[in-house]
Amino acid sequence: MAIGFRCDVTKLSASKSSEGKQSFVRLLPFADPHLHRRINNLQQDLVMGLESSMSTVAFIGNPNVGKTTIFGRLTGTQVRVGNFPGVTVEKKVATVDWDGQRIRLIDLPGTYSLSPRTVDEMVAVDVLLGRQPDVGAIDVVVCIVDAANLERNLYLVSQLLDVNVPIVLVMNMWDTAEDRGISTDLSALSGRLEVPVIKTKGHRGDGLNDLKQAILTRLTSGETPAAPRVFPQAFYDACEELRDKLLVAGVDETSPYLLERLILDAGGHAESRLSHGQDVTSTLTDIRRRLAEQQCPVPAIEARSRYAWVRQVLDGIVSRPPVSVKRFSDRVDKVLTHRVWGPLIFIGLMFVVFQSIYAWAGPAMDGIETGQFWVAEQIESVVQAGPLRSLLVDGIVAGVGSVVVFLPQIAILFCFIAILEDCGYMARAAFLMDRLMTRIGLSGKSFIPLMSSFACAIPGIMATRVIENRRDRMVTILIAPLMSCSARLPVYLLLIAAFVPATSYLGGWVGLHGLVLFAMTFLGAAVAIPVAWLLKTFVFPGETPPFVMELPAYQCPSVRVVTMRVVDRCKAFLYRAGSLIFATTVLIWAAGSFPGDHTELYAVQNQIESGDGREQLIVRRNELSANLLEQSLLGRVGKAIEPVVKPLGWDWRIGVGALASFPAREVIIATLGTIYRLGGDIDESDEGLQRSMQLSTWPDGTPVFDLAVALSVMVFFALCAQCGATLMVIKRETNSWRWPLAAFVYMTLLAYVGALVTYQITHALLT
Amino acid sequence: MVTLNDLSVGDSAIIVAVHGDDGIAVRLMEMGLIDGEPIELIGLAPLGDPMEFAVRGYRLSLRRDEAQRVEVQRG
Repeated sequence: MAIGFRCDVTKLSASKSSEGKQSFVRLLPFADPHLHRRINNLQQDLVMGLESSMSTVAFIGNPNVGKTTIFGRLTGTQVRVGNFPGVTVEKKVATVDWDGQRIRLIDLPGTYSLSPRTVDEMVAVDVLLGRQPDVGAIDVVVCIVDAANLERNLYLVSQLLDVNVPIVLVMNMWDTAEDRGISTDLSALSGRLEVPVIKTKGHRGDGLNDLKQAILTRLTSGETPAAPRVFPQAFYDACEELRDKLLVAGVDETSPYLLERLILDAGGHAESRLSHGQDVTSTLTDIRRRLAEQQCPVPAIEARSRYAWVRQVLDGIVSRPPVSVKRFSDRVDKVLTHRVWGPLIFIGLMFVVFQSIYAWAGPAMDGIETGQFWVAEQIESVVQAGPLRSLLVDGIVAGVGSVVVFLPQIAILFCFIAILEDCGYMARAAFLMDRLMTRIGLSGKSFIPLMSSFACAIPGIMATRVIENRRDRMVTILIAPLMSCSARLPVYLLLIAAFVPATSYLGGWVGLHGLVLFAMTFLGAAVAIPVAWLLKTFVFPGETPPFVMELPAYQCPSVRVVTMRVVDRCKAFLYRAGSLIFATTVLIWAAGSFPGDHTELYAVQNQIESGDGREQLIVRRNELSANLLEQSLLGRVGKAIEPVVKPLGWDWRIGVGALASFPAREVIIATLGTIYRLGGDIDESDEGLQRSMQLSTWPDGTPVFDLAVALSVMVFFALCAQCGATLMVIKRETNSWRWPLAAFVYMTLLAYVGALVTYQITHALLT
Repeated sequence: MVTLNDLSVGDSAIIVAVHGDDGIAVRLMEMGLIDGEPIELIGLAPLGDPMEFAVRGYRLSLRRDEAQRVEVQRG
């Protein structure tokens, strides 16, 4: 009967919302979990109206086992990257067509264990149990393990077996294991686990067809391996008891795995989610106390029992060389983590990375700007000066340009990160830098994201994905925008050239210009140290996260893997932050253009373009643009806030410049150009702009700018979150509006206070 | 009590116990640090912390205050 039923359901089987699993299924015996799942699916189909018949396959594995590579090879470019709702966990989904069957593949984050302590770690468990509403039921789980490191990898497999899902086990890095002289009897392993075992060499793509076939076979058979009895009987009795007690409390918990987790993870996420008052907590405490008396102490019993089970499973089927050979990796490590050579090589590498972001991204970014000008020119040659052209050129083309311009930096940084990660050096970088970073309350893993932020905070923030601890990651994300990015440079250069005296010291070796530039570049980093401490202490309190990290064996990076990661990151940026950055740019364009009557400006502009080169026309145009900006929403707000910026030594012009640069700080140059009636097409080395600023006066005739004002503006730009793109990336990475808002508020306050203090002190010293 | 923190580079030891029952202790045990398991100190980071160990055929990095939680018997 079961078989006939299965055939019928396979056609209908779907994976959708887990909402449908209620009531009558609970009455059925659990003898056949597969049947149970199929009925769930059928029930969901009835609820959801049979909208699709796609199966779902989840991929899971330890970090550094090549899971992402295999997932990428199986899915090609079809991957959609997003977030699971409400958490910072990345969700990668792809739909594939294998032998005419549409299958959805989901890549879960790499993990050593399924013992959820936080809401982020709970996602993987919810997905596997079919309780993640946006994923639905899982039909097969592909667990990828490192063939050279089976013992530790099977720990996760043993937990997975308790979840009761059909499993395909992938022994990846089969070649590395062979090189080390480790061989495993796969058929014996498959027999002991009741799970099909496939060997692959993910880097070379070997074995992937076998894997596909194994997945397809499992999808049709739906065979679920029996959960091994790894724990002492007392523990299973406790699970039964807990289930009964929960039923009395009105909670019908049917998943044996969640019952295990409730007992094993004191203070874990399963427990906090189930907080039905004191009842449950006291029941759990009582159960744990009695288990401890029965030589079954929680939590130690889990690791002890599971590793004992792993020993049994592997007994007699894995052969390794009798003497532990000094590995190639260890010899490389002797140099790369050497007391002297280690840091030197690291600094050298970082210099190369940093230099190439500057040196290689620069021309590419110039190319994008040239392209943008070209498109603008094409539009200008077709469309007459008017509202439509303004929208197209200054709104849309500028908006698209402001998104695309970040791609070179993202691509280059992630190319390096992917190479370093794939060859195994990334973990060593964290190992080398950890001691230094713990001084500011972070771990070694925060170093590369923060360093990258000196070029641009956007790839830097995207690089924080290597930090699996949420606290460390959030703090790193929130302080990354303080690092002095390359967009701040034009502002510093303009103001230094115009207002800092060209004094030099030590016989001309040290110039004041250079000193100020240096101070501005490192001001943000210096301020970031106390900010990180404050965030750690007050916003994200809790125990210091462990730095228990695997140092994977070195290997040759694969071109394919590196390319895949770079494309992946660029796509993620374009899809996930691009639209928001674009929208911000268009909005600020609108605020700077309206309200205002542009008729005369358009007329003058058309006259200039028709070949009338009279000087006074250009002067008139620049004057009109300046007036329009002054009348616009932006200009009005700028004037309204003059009392607020006056203590910083600023007049309303600087205020408007600062306001206009909130979406992107480099915009200040063009805005100041417009305000000082020079037109918007100027750069930071424009002497006209420097002169206009030097001549700019308050209504009473005293000059606006002096050294104190220049320093105050620079400090403001050094500390302020004037980058819409960064804020949008923070929104995407944290999956919440709260954090970009927090970053914006704290950085703006910091910038204001910093500029205020700078101005008041310098002003007092100079007068 | 001898802990992993007391080993010198090149020393081998047998794990006796992981102390505590918080998240860090659980993570250490999940990574395979179970009583009876042999472990060797392979090297140190340039500033002496963290430490690199060989255990269960792979390389594991621990900070000194984490290593201090693992009681061992010199082998």
